[in-house]
Amino acid sequence: MTLLKTAFLLAKKDLYSELKTKQVLATMIIFAGLTILVFSFAFDPANNTTKAVIPGVIWVIICFSGILGLNRSFLSEQRNDTMQGLLIAPMDAQSIYLGKFIANFSMILIVEIVAIPFLFLLFDFKILGSIPYFILVMFIGSFGFISIGTFLASLAANSKSSEMLLPLLLFPITSPILIGVVQATRIMLTNIENLASALAWIQLVSAYDVIFFVLCFILIDYVLEV
Amino acid sequence: MSMNLEREKVALQLSESAETKDSIIPKILLGCTMVSILVAIYLIFMFAPIEKTMGPVQKIFYFHVGSATTAFIAFFVTFVYSILYLEKRKRIFDTYAYVSAEIGLVFTTLVLLTGPIWAKSAWNTWWVWEPRLTTTLILWFIYMAYIMIRQMDGVWDKKARLCAVFGIIGFADVPIVFFAIRWWQTKLHPIVFGNGVTQKGGGIEDTMLFTMFVSMGALILLYTYLLNRGVSFESMKIKVNQYKEQLREELEK
Repeated sequence: MTLLKTAFLLAKKDLYSELKTKQVLATMIIFAGLTILVFSFAFDPANNTTKAVIPGVIWVIICFSGILGLNRSFLSEQRNDTMQGLLIAPMDAQSIYLGKFIANFSMILIVEIVAIPFLFLLFDFKILGSIPYFILVMFIGSFGFISIGTFLASLAANSKSSEMLLPLLLFPITSPILIGVVQATRIMLTNIENLASALAWIQLVSAYDVIFFVLCFILIDYVLEV
Repeated sequence: MSMNLEREKVALQLSESAETKDSIIPKILLGCTMVSILVAIYLIFMFAPIEKTMGPVQKIFYFHVGSATTAFIAFFVTFVYSILYLEKRKRIFDTYAYVSAEIGLVFTTLVLLTGPIWAKSAWNTWWVWEPRLTTTLILWFIYMAYIMIRQMDGVWDKKARLCAVFGIIGFADVPIVFFAIRWWQTKLHPIVFGNGVTQKGGGIEDTMLFTMFVSMGALILLYTYLLNRGVSFESMKIKVNQYKEQLREELEK
């Protein structure tokens, strides 16, 4: 299990350096807050119909702040010229991918834990559905988004303008996840009676997660070539 | 910066791509394409009957479906050549993948242009968020991103590698996108073929079907011709760059 061990080591390194500087996480959380602020201008919080767009807003926040973190995860390595070091270190490309994935995933989870209750609070949103299912949807959706996002970030990092390239690559590829999780989130939060169709959506997103995680795992070898 | 980028592998490539001779294949392809497109146009306007409810506007359907099929074939070719490139690492595979994706993008654009024209008269709206339309739009965005990776700076083999990876990922995404959107929205598109359990065909007249297959074949021939020309054009570009690089090296000596 050297693969997992090195991956955890790399994730630990990323998270430690993040803990020291708090640069990316702070940016992501503040950005999430700003997105909520902009949405409060766009959709009147006092209006009852606004409740219908909350599931969509949650995912817009995750997408936008997720992009910020993903951009940084490989760029920071490149800025310090440590990418070459990682590549020649005695570990597989898969470990690098897995390590970066774990780091990004834990960061987006922190952002979600902070931002989503905040959103519910500010928009005075009452959850009518079930919270455990909602957490499951969030987990599966973020997993897929970050796994493919980490992969595409490593791909885009080869470009000089990777910040601009990454959203263009990521959004069309993740569209099935976004459709699925927004539908599932809506059902989980507002009408839980429709649980069966929400579970179908969860199945679709999980299938996507599995397929693309495996695909990324195989193809990362070609992306992270010296 | 960019002038040094090509240099790394110059000696290796010249021998590899030293074959571009006058071939009769492009001429035959051009002839076949022109004839078949003319035949298709004749069939569309003279042979196929006018559809009862939609009227003459329905005639756009032949090229609409034809372009969609061709675009899908083009992306499949990109997918296959991407895998081949990652396996064999020959530049010609990469060129094929690139040119095919470019042509596929053009055909997808055609589908997205002809679709709304037809939709406006058939459904009385320009655009509907319906599975096939949305999938086509997302397909267009995916291959636009593919072209964007192509435009990246850097040595060609890095770009080829990344593009091949994205070509595989992008193509694998398409069925899932279609499936997801199909669930998301109910059906509005007429399903022309098949009469299985879920695929209740709306039915199509034999003459119409024949015309559609002819126009589909004509567009596939056009695609083959464009692919052939595009690849030789791209190879010529590569060769010119290599000669330039050689010249520069000699001057610097």
